[in-house]
Amino acid sequence: MQGHSTYRPTGGVAKWLEDRLPIVGLVHSSAVAYPVPRNLNYLWTFGGILTFMLVAQILTGVVLVMHYVPDATKAFESVEKIMRDVNYGWLLRYLHANGASMFFIAVYIHMFRGMYYGSYKAPREVLWILGVIIFLLMMATAFMGYVLPWGQMSFWGATVITNLFSAIPIVGPSIVTWLWGGFSVDDATLKHFFSLHYLLPFVIAGVVGLHIWALHHVGQNNPDGVEIKDIRKDTVPFTPYATLKDGVGLVFFLIFFAYFVFYIPNYLGHADNYIKANPLVTPAHIVPEWYFLPFYAILRAIPSKLGGVIAMFGAIAVLFVLPWLDRSKVRSAKYRPLFKQFFWVFVAVAVLLGWLGSKPPEGVYVTLSRLATAYYFIHFLVILPLLGTFEKTKPLPASIADSVLGSSYGGAHAAAAAAPETRG
Amino acid sequence: MTATDDAHDPGRRDFLFLATGAWAAAGAGFLAWPFISQMNPDAASLALGSTEVDLGQISEGQVISIKWRGKPVFIWNRTKAQIEEAKKVDLGQLPDKSARNENLPSDAQATDVNRAASGKENWLVVVGVCTHLGCIPLSNSGDFGGWLCPCHGSHYDSAGRIRRGPAPENLHVPPYAFEGDSKIKIG
Repeated sequence: MQGHSTYRPTGGVAKWLEDRLPIVGLVHSSAVAYPVPRNLNYLWTFGGILTFMLVAQILTGVVLVMHYVPDATKAFESVEKIMRDVNYGWLLRYLHANGASMFFIAVYIHMFRGMYYGSYKAPREVLWILGVIIFLLMMATAFMGYVLPWGQMSFWGATVITNLFSAIPIVGPSIVTWLWGGFSVDDATLKHFFSLHYLLPFVIAGVVGLHIWALHHVGQNNPDGVEIKDIRKDTVPFTPYATLKDGVGLVFFLIFFAYFVFYIPNYLGHADNYIKANPLVTPAHIVPEWYFLPFYAILRAIPSKLGGVIAMFGAIAVLFVLPWLDRSKVRSAKYRPLFKQFFWVFVAVAVLLGWLGSKPPEGVYVTLSRLATAYYFIHFLVILPLLGTFEKTKPLPASIADSVLGSSYGGAHAAAAAAPETRG
Repeated sequence: MTATDDAHDPGRRDFLFLATGAWAAAGAGFLAWPFISQMNPDAASLALGSTEVDLGQISEGQVISIKWRGKPVFIWNRTKAQIEEAKKVDLGQLPDKSARNENLPSDAQATDVNRAASGKENWLVVVGVCTHLGCIPLSNSGDFGGWLCPCHGSHYDSAGRIRRGPAPENLHVPPYAFEGDSKIKIG
């Protein structure tokens, strides 16, 4: 997109470098002059927060590897050594373990924000799909990372999740043996996961690069979901406006993060993971990390092994086609009275599924899981396509400037009465 | 043959490009295989020996769990009542009608005779791994007098057959043989 200003190298060295590698110009156009819709709210700071979390996880991870031993007989002890003996090891490990949870809190807010404001609609379909790919990579990375401490939950979580692949007809059992590198989850499995857990964050960083590239090519969506018409009136330069707003959002997020790290560092973990892995005893109640619980509930809701696995992966796969399931021309829920209600019902159902995933698979929990799973898919496959046809949407503001400052500023007239709210 | 001739005969040039590309792809495939295959079980894992168990210590009704190839194997000295209960079950009631017994042909049916040790019907030897997602079921629990998997609620009967829940198959019977009256060799 056309920016607010153009980088002009002044000194001789700057000119010399710009002629050979225009990297300063690239940074200027994407992080300084880049036009940001002037009506963005704090939900738009989560992209920056997520970038920060990715870097933070890589940094804490790299230093933890200096002390961790990926060996089934030593892994658990090496984590305890990090906690007790390594200088600030407790801090680094708690930052990394809670950082994973914070990463998922931020990504879920980021995704729900995208759903609420219709950020996946044309021309942002590829941007959204890249985001879903990042989400999948994050899940794989987090799952493999949770196995590394080699506690009871690590071991049995690894067993249950790798066994999901055995549901695939014909080749399933061979895939599981290949993932394990043996006939059960064991030392070879731990080494596979350690290697991939180190690799995948860098793959994520690469896809994040594409995600940001796509974002900067099509421009950001905004709470009103109308496209930028006039850069001067509708947008502000990224620096200082978005940089500082992202900074404020990040500070509050880090306070939340620090509260967990320093006051309740094990709140999101599971006590069983402080028991060393025992291949002969399954804990009475296996639960995955909280961020997988909704998908785990969907897995258990279907009374068939293959069916459960298909439903669980389908729950993520459906996100890939979301841009084509939601057929409404209007992006933002602000102007979609019915969609807004269904959105909040969907959020409630997703949270309910998460709660059900933490409950034992019996009695009323099974029935509720089935109903919630059915609703999850109905939301995407029935409600969204129908809303696109039948919903009567509210009139959109003529421009972003109009919606923020009132119609006189933007100079639009016909749509003036249309904007029911003048302040975002 | 000059360059000008090639330009007049694009079909020949295209064929050479495609053939070269195909060879390169095949070569890449061969090179990729070692990178994939190295993750499969290595020679040491494949060479895992068998395990011998003395059954003399197992009293009637008791289930013991021993480790074989990194997995638990349940050995159950079943009581008369438990055997009768398993025998009474009609094959039509079973979700999985295959015996899943590696000592028998793969089309053997899941009768109690085909599940228990041949000629010693009180002994039931099964791999203690739930056929759903690999948890270890709890012995002497569940609604069918056998095992209950705590992870996702699969119930197995007193012949280790799946009766209710998400597991698709009966508990597997590993290859084993009696060596004398009170000793078995698994594997």
